[in-house]
Amino acid sequence: MTKVIEVSGLTKCYDGLAAVDGIDFAVEEGEIFGFLGPNGAGKTTTIRLLTGLSKPTAGSARVLGYDIASEIMKAKREFGVVPEMSNMYDELSGLENLVFMGQLYGVPSGERRARAEELLKTFGLYERKDSRFATYSRGMKRALTIAAALVHRPRLLFLDEPTVGLDVVAARNLRTLIQRLQKEGTTVFLTTHYLEEADMLCSRIALLVKGKVIATNTPVRLKGMAEEEPALEVSFRQPSPQAGEELGKRLPGTVVMTINERIRVYGGDTATVLETILSYARERKIEVASVNSLKPTLEDAFVKLTGLSPLVMAAEKGGQ
Amino acid sequence: MRYESLRSIYYIALKDMKTYYLKPPAISWGIVFPVAWILAFYLRNQQNFGDLVPGLIAMTVLFSTTAMEAVVINFELRLGSLERLLLAPVTLPSVLLGKILGGAIFGLMITSAITLVSVLALGLYRMNLVYLLLTLVPSLLLFSALGALICVLVREIFEAQTLANLPRFLMVFLSGVFTPVSSLPPVLQQFAYVLPLTYTVDGVRQAFGNAGTVNIAIDILVLIVFIPALILPATKLLARRFA
Repeated sequence: MTKVIEVSGLTKCYDGLAAVDGIDFAVEEGEIFGFLGPNGAGKTTTIRLLTGLSKPTAGSARVLGYDIASEIMKAKREFGVVPEMSNMYDELSGLENLVFMGQLYGVPSGERRARAEELLKTFGLYERKDSRFATYSRGMKRALTIAAALVHRPRLLFLDEPTVGLDVVAARNLRTLIQRLQKEGTTVFLTTHYLEEADMLCSRIALLVKGKVIATNTPVRLKGMAEEEPALEVSFRQPSPQAGEELGKRLPGTVVMTINERIRVYGGDTATVLETILSYARERKIEVASVNSLKPTLEDAFVKLTGLSPLVMAAEKGGQ
Repeated sequence: MRYESLRSIYYIALKDMKTYYLKPPAISWGIVFPVAWILAFYLRNQQNFGDLVPGLIAMTVLFSTTAMEAVVINFELRLGSLERLLLAPVTLPSVLLGKILGGAIFGLMITSAITLVSVLALGLYRMNLVYLLLTLVPSLLLFSALGALICVLVREIFEAQTLANLPRFLMVFLSGVFTPVSSLPPVLQQFAYVLPLTYTVDGVRQAFGNAGTVNIAIDILVLIVFIPALILPATKLLARRFA
């Protein structure tokens, strides 16, 4: 399969600190490649390097076969970028914004308006085509920003945290659209800090922590890496804010986390873990509401591979 | 320059005209301010006002272009729209030239209006239009480039307008806008010839049939030389933001 992105030893330092630290990965044609990591991991910096907005300190990369150091303008004609911020022009209408992008990308003058209108229809914005961008809702702004990146029918689409700030319905619609783009043959490079989103959409995922790629694989295989570790989730009928910490002390060799008042215990012998939880409940005179054995999720794989809490991903940008 | 770059420069300038020409900072500093000064001088000294017209036209060029650059560059730096332009197949110098052209066209519109009104109101028909255009066109590009250079140093519009006031007022008082350069103390006269507005004032003065300090060809040549001298550092400073 053709490699659309090839990255080798890519490094970007700011004031001597590595934001991206010698990463290597490749993206194959037609896949949705997820770049998953917490805020500050280096996801946006990587996109900026691959799209020519920043220059690497070291290493190299080829995008659509073009060297980013010497042929980035050729690559730009064939890829589209959706930045994290919806930064179209407030004073222009939706239609004018798309036509302007068509002008910049060299879409022939006879096709620009038709292409812009086609995209406005695809994204459900046609009725508001003459309204100023400033008057759009957040979801509509995001949709138009994505439409702008598609105006020249790119082979590769960079999406930087596309669903951040969107409501549940808008985020779901956007995910459906991303899947549709892939089916139509567009390769998608997606950065996200939403584990479920990456699991749902991506053909392969690279886990990025502190500027380094920790693992790259399919979601199924990444989850397989966590499979050897059993996990139990327990909830109590009464609020027990200390329970997680206290259970952690009683269960050495396990990782205990409290997520939304539920306690998760990763690792250890299942029978021992269960017995410890039940005896703890008896001692504290609290009632166990439920105990579930968890199937490994991407979150489990993330915990195992990075040693970080999944809350790091949700907490830093407000979660979803 | 390749066709693709020229096309980008044109569309960026066109977009800026649509987007920013009615922004309050452009109107207040680019139109209201020079018009207020002109009216103040007219009301104070109506009889000799004709002598001041070349200087006031030059001042209008200076304020209208630099005010517009603060809008077209700093708005986009703050909102991240400038990055959006750079994600397209457009080079950084093309983006900057598009911005400079947008500012220069705004300046041309304001300056043309001021010049037309002055000519009609004062009957200054013995004007050499070719000299005037040859002086004004490079001046508009030059001061637009000066505005761009100042604007890429800061992020906010108010910072750009404040910073721009230093060279603006220095030039207004030393470049012969209100008083001839020859009436300045010798040290300041030397300094005045380092300032580009001096050559704009001198060129416009000659276009209106007055005696100049230097040959108009030299005025035009100096103005043309100033353009790349300002664009190059502005490009480098902007590129540093995206290093």
